[in-house]
Amino acid sequence: MVDYRIDRRSGVATYVQIVQQTKQAIRLGLLAPGDKLPTAREVVEATAVNPNTVLKAYRELEREGLVEARRGLGTFVRRSLGAAPADSPLRAELEDWAARARESGLEREDVAALFTAVLETHYPEQAAHAASAHTPQGDPS
Amino acid sequence: MTVPALEADALGKRFGRRAWALRDCSFRLPAGRVCAVVGPNGAGKSTLLALAAGLLAPTEGTVRVLGAHPATARPRVGFVSQDKPLYPQLTVAETLRMGADLNPGHWDADTAHRAVAGGDLDPGRRIRALSGGQRTRVALALALGKRPELLLLDEPMADLDPLARHELMGLLMGEAAAHGTTVVMSSHVVAELEDSCDHLLLVGGGQVRLSGAIDDLLAAHTRVTAPAGADLAPHEVVESRTTGRQLSAVIRPSGPLPDDWRAHTPSLEELVLSYLRNPAAPAPAPAPEILEAAV
Repeated sequence: MVDYRIDRRSGVATYVQIVQQTKQAIRLGLLAPGDKLPTAREVVEATAVNPNTVLKAYRELEREGLVEARRGLGTFVRRSLGAAPADSPLRAELEDWAARARESGLEREDVAALFTAVLETHYPEQAAHAASAHTPQGDPS
Repeated sequence: MTVPALEADALGKRFGRRAWALRDCSFRLPAGRVCAVVGPNGAGKSTLLALAAGLLAPTEGTVRVLGAHPATARPRVGFVSQDKPLYPQLTVAETLRMGADLNPGHWDADTAHRAVAGGDLDPGRRIRALSGGQRTRVALALALGKRPELLLLDEPMADLDPLARHELMGLLMGEAAAHGTTVVMSSHVVAELEDSCDHLLLVGGGQVRLSGAIDDLLAAHTRVTAPAGADLAPHEVVESRTTGRQLSAVIRPSGPLPDDWRAHTPSLEELVLSYLRNPAAPAPAPAPEILEAAV
């Protein structure tokens, strides 16, 4: 199950936050193919965001082929994303690395900066794509 | 389907011989929207809502509610006014029972109870002994229990604490999601409505200054930073200020912008404030009806 947390100060449009958090949950294996997303009503009762915002996010996920709406039943996850379930060996290695980074005195921001830098070296195109996907409503300033 | 939830045409209201509280207001609100009525104190928000609820008669012009005269539409409309009128001598439980008796056949007891349940309210407590926020819960419970097609709420969140505000706003959004209820709520705190509303009615000086889908309104405006002395023509200027060597403005672009200007989409609050600070700013041309119908 996924529990959306909306950060109004992030500058990222609310529907984009829902899209990103759903993808994150799918990527981590918290949502698996066949799982049902919460209904729009459940999401808006918990977050107080506009129902159309949730529907817009779900339509976007559907357009990307990640979920499908089944009439009268709800919205279901269609496929998994990436190959990094929460319990993979890669995650264990990263856990190990993060623990060592902390032991050697790195601050949270240092680790995030380092990780982002390495990520961008190995995934240059995707980083640019992700940034452009946010611009329509997000305010870069 | 295409009947608007609320439609005003040259609507005006004057109390006695005093100045006009509202004048020459024309707008339409499609059904199923969650609409924020925003404006400074004394702008005419409450007058507008009372006209829509059929509690006031227009001095001129017309207002139609769910395609009908406000008095005819009343059984399908829930209205919570700013002073939350309730019977002080009744208990919470008696008030809800009254709601059930007054709305035979379409009383949603479950939703009404959920609205009061979050407040730790003793059902045996009399209304007169409740705090302002608790009274708001009971008034909202009555309005929601009626299962209206249109909910008119005048400053509904004003005396609620942040937790209750979030919870009740969630409940309202849940009703809108489940039943397609159109919600119209006024506030002078824009930030509090930004995530919940998809439609805006900006009232100022007795006039409707802006009306439309929030996404469309934001997309039609641009916040620009340009070198001081830059010529903003032919764009329509809502607000412009020069600080030192820099000019910042909120405009409605009517063509491409020069390369040396920095352009951003304004936030809802920036947009609203720019109009309120500049009462003489021109109102945008109303969206063609065909666009509203297509949504």
